[in-house]
Amino acid sequence: MSSETGIGASVRRKEDKRFLTGKGRYLDDINRPGQAYGVFLRSPHAFAKIKSIDIAEASKAPGVVAIYTGSDLADDGVGGLICGWGITSKDGEPHKAPAHPAIAVDTVRHVGDQVAFVIADSVAQAKDAAELIEVDYDELTPVVSGADALASGAAQVHDDVPGNLCYDWELGDEAAVDAAFSSAAHVTKLDIYNNRLVPNAMEPRAAIGDFDAGTDEIILYTTSQNPHVARLVLSAFVGIAPEHKLRVIAPDVGGGFGSKIFIYAEETVCAWAARKINRAVKWTAERSESFLTDAHGRDHHTTAELAMDANGKFLGLRVNTIANMGAYLSTFATSVPSYLYATLLAGQYTTPAIYANVKAVFTNTAPVDAYRGAGRPEATYVIERIVERAARDLGMSPVELRKRNFIAPDAYPYETPVIMTYDSGNYPLNMDTALKLIDYDGYAARKADSESRGKKRGIGFSSFIEACGIAPSAAVGSLGAGVGLWESAQVRFNPTGSVTVFTGSHSHGQGHETTFAQLITEHLGVPIENVEISHGDTGKVPFGMGTYGSRSLAVGGSAIMRAVDKIVEKGKKVAAHLMEASVEDIEHAHGVFKVAGTDKQVTMAEVAFAAYVPHNYPPDLEPGMDETAFYDPTNFTFPAGTHIAEVEIDPDTGVVEVLDWAASDDFGNVINPMIVEGQIHGGVAQGIGQALLENAVYDTETGQLLSGSYMDYTMPRADDFPSLKIETTNTPCPGNPLGVKGCGEAGAIAAPAALMNAITDALGVEIDMPATREKVWHAAQSVQQAAE
Amino acid sequence: MYDFNYHRPGSVDEAVGLINEDAKILAGGQSLLPTMKLRLAQPSDVIDLGAIPGLSDISVDGSSVTIGATATHASVAASGAVAGAIPALADLASGIGDTQVRNVGTMGGSVANADPAADYPAAVVGLGATVHTNSRSIAADDFFTGIFETALEENEILTKVSFPVPEAAAYVKFANPASRYAIVGVFVAKTADGVRVAVTGAGGSVFRASAMEAALNANFSASALDGIAVASDDLNSDLHASAEYRAHLVAVMAKRAVQAAGG
Ligand SMILES: Cc1cc2nc3c(=O)[nH]c(=O)nc-3n(C[C@H](O)[C@H](O)[C@H](O)COP(=O)(O)OP(=O)(O)OC[C@H]3O[C@@H](n4cnc5c(N)ncnc54)[C@H](O)[C@@H]3O)c2cc1C
Repeated sequence: MSSETGIGASVRRKEDKRFLTGKGRYLDDINRPGQAYGVFLRSPHAFAKIKSIDIAEASKAPGVVAIYTGSDLADDGVGGLICGWGITSKDGEPHKAPAHPAIAVDTVRHVGDQVAFVIADSVAQAKDAAELIEVDYDELTPVVSGADALASGAAQVHDDVPGNLCYDWELGDEAAVDAAFSSAAHVTKLDIYNNRLVPNAMEPRAAIGDFDAGTDEIILYTTSQNPHVARLVLSAFVGIAPEHKLRVIAPDVGGGFGSKIFIYAEETVCAWAARKINRAVKWTAERSESFLTDAHGRDHHTTAELAMDANGKFLGLRVNTIANMGAYLSTFATSVPSYLYATLLAGQYTTPAIYANVKAVFTNTAPVDAYRGAGRPEATYVIERIVERAARDLGMSPVELRKRNFIAPDAYPYETPVIMTYDSGNYPLNMDTALKLIDYDGYAARKADSESRGKKRGIGFSSFIEACGIAPSAAVGSLGAGVGLWESAQVRFNPTGSVTVFTGSHSHGQGHETTFAQLITEHLGVPIENVEISHGDTGKVPFGMGTYGSRSLAVGGSAIMRAVDKIVEKGKKVAAHLMEASVEDIEHAHGVFKVAGTDKQVTMAEVAFAAYVPHNYPPDLEPGMDETAFYDPTNFTFPAGTHIAEVEIDPDTGVVEVLDWAASDDFGNVINPMIVEGQIHGGVAQGIGQALLENAVYDTETGQLLSGSYMDYTMPRADDFPSLKIETTNTPCPGNPLGVKGCGEAGAIAAPAALMNAITDALGVEIDMPATREKVWHAAQSVQQAAE
Repeated sequence: MYDFNYHRPGSVDEAVGLINEDAKILAGGQSLLPTMKLRLAQPSDVIDLGAIPGLSDISVDGSSVTIGATATHASVAASGAVAGAIPALADLASGIGDTQVRNVGTMGGSVANADPAADYPAAVVGLGATVHTNSRSIAADDFFTGIFETALEENEILTKVSFPVPEAAAYVKFANPASRYAIVGVFVAKTADGVRVAVTGAGGSVFRASAMEAALNANFSASALDGIAVASDDLNSDLHASAEYRAHLVAVMAKRAVQAAGG
């Protein structure tokens, strides 16, 4: 039908007019009548006992409404923050889940830990009062590195977690891997660090707790990617209010990258405090607070070993990882370095035996949780670095080595040794497409040109895979998840033929208001401007699981398709009645109902009108045209592709210039190519940022965050990137009605390994991320000195 | 931010009269306001120079370029007269921060602030400029006295800086990737009184590299700097660059500056 706005069309984003003209409604744009303002007093120390807190002076300061400390929450029966995914250590013990109070009670465990909440008539007054609070700390020596946390004599972050070990988990067949290594002709080994990142969403986290004394309802406005999950956790586990007396609204949200999935202390305290003071209270993070308290990403120390036969066939992979969890467990922290990580260690390859051991540890740093890709970038980084390294060790082309080990296009469904069943793909095609995009044949000449100018040129590959569309509820339930990962949708026709779609997923930059509307336009023939997408309010939308893990289209879009099916089914009955035909004879396509073999037809709009004004209506059919559906996926989806980076290095300064980038990604069917391209741009930008620039650095002695502002934390900028060459290949996903796989995380997953492989190719030595200019310069010098 | 009294004097004298121990002068606010917002600075009075007529004037004669204290980086960068007389100076201004910073940040604010990583101090010292205040003139070599420290007295306002026009000059900056301030910036100028090489970003304050100056006086070419290193002992070391790396960069940037200046 209307190919200009249906599936496959690059429809301009409907939401952008609002965003670009300043009419977006972000959290800080919302103000409630009589609203007060809250400010958190935060720990200046990484690790300290709180001997006493004196709020007497502060309470008398002008404008102060209330001051709360951890004991006030405890006295009121407010529970601590939870982690919703149980991991079982290899000895059969559940993971250690130490208490995580929303406001510290007797110990602070990272710089920025909440110590008190000051509510006043203005932010300035709350800040003034916070300065008058006297806290007597007994400072302790912190531990900040995941690797150091396991050392004997390291600081003990929690008394009830001996050796700081949260869990010691394994996946795969260790004996089979040992056997593979003993028969190997060659073994490549690599120690790598996946650097810690600060999420840096453009909109800082914020919350307003509001209380309606008449209905006894708490309304929490919060920057959330999944408001229903927030409501569930806050009512069932934290005990803020019964679920039906708690409404959570996540309005326009300015980016999340995972960091807004989690249920945080600040929103918890705002929701609770609103009832205490019988008044709305708003908290908005300052950027410095975001740096200190948004859940960080990555932070893995890994040793990987790859066993190969004489022809470079992979025989076995052994991976040992220490994952830094930070000071407390964030909401889904435990799942990231375990089931979202080790299950992807087969990559795109036929490696028959894989074993992974992951030790998750506590340190005196901000909690670490899912960040764009969540576990899967860490897995791709390990595999693609070691495969590239293996090619160098074997003196083989990295393209050839990969091709020798790719899972063949006709091998699906393909079961990996790490419990995943890949459903579809064409890895050689993505590789060949990317090689063409980058003009691989011309590379040797380009390298010679760089060398003639005293520069070093390198090329690097990353053939990534991810598991998206998370996830089948039964599967994740069996792996320890505390929730199901289905999605909901409601398609509501209005009498005049326009449509509102309610989705349980949440858009915080992804463009759902456009992509989802295209589904309705395509399948029900409703003009795109007559489709409204509603999300982010538990008071309006059916219970849904939210947006993360590149799931919104594959799972949320599939739920919409299920609701569309129900609309069509009901519409056929109405149409049959209107046209005096039997239901079996009604055919539907793109919003037009026809009597088969005749030219009789009615439109969806006519059918919807009849359903709401049922003067001439089937007697046995309910009026109305409003259908709700839930969709639980049958499998993950497996987007995959190859990215190739080309760089030039100035050995005199260590400056790396990213000259060229090719990305060939298989996302299954594509609904809106422009939006997909935008997602790749954003993902690759974040991946380049991680590899080259970004780094959350804590001082090892004091535990202070050294890169705690944009003066020191390097965000990538437009001039750090080349123009990206992008193509998608489209092997439809067999697992969902749309045939889509998800594209939101791919760039961030693929890019770091591609770039680091290019840089280390140019240098001839391995270095860790981020490839700062000084690190690259040192490496270039060391190679030069060795050559002299 | 704490409460403060805001003043907008109409003349330099009026501004000087408003100064007290806890007062702060406000120019572009790019350095002052962030510290106030973070509650690191708590001035009782803020004296805004923005309404003083003539204080942002830029004038060029045969021998010097004079830039008023409140001239923004953007206006210096865009000045054809400056670019004609001392292209390196316009170029330096165009490389400060980003568009927003350049649109409000001022020459006087940058020089008075004496941030060890700021660009302007390299031009002031590199060109042997003269700093004018409401009460006196100070030679560049006497002006910068330490980390964020200058020869300015408490009740002194920087009014303008005169930069002598050199025979040739260039500024090459190795920018901090996060802040884009200088990790190392080297200003090289061939002047009537000899070659001057001023280094910013690398140490606690801008300094002259005398061994490099001597070598370049003998032979104004990049190769003259071969083998001349600055000692890393007193250089800054931080997240972004060790002292050793900075010392190396000083040599690389100095050579590039000499090349850019035609040597
Ligand atoms: C994001 C960002 C990036 C930046 N990048 C760079 C960079 O790359 N290179 C660089 O050099 N700088 C950089 N800066 C700093 C910028 O150049 C500022 O403009 C400069 O440091 C201060 O100038 P200002 O006019 O804003 O002064 P203000 O912030 O108003 O004042 C700074 C200080 O100087 C004092 N002062 C101001 N004017 C006078 C005067 N006439 N007499 C006496 N005292 C005075 C004030 O009291 C205050 O103590 C950056 C700043 C930001 C925010």
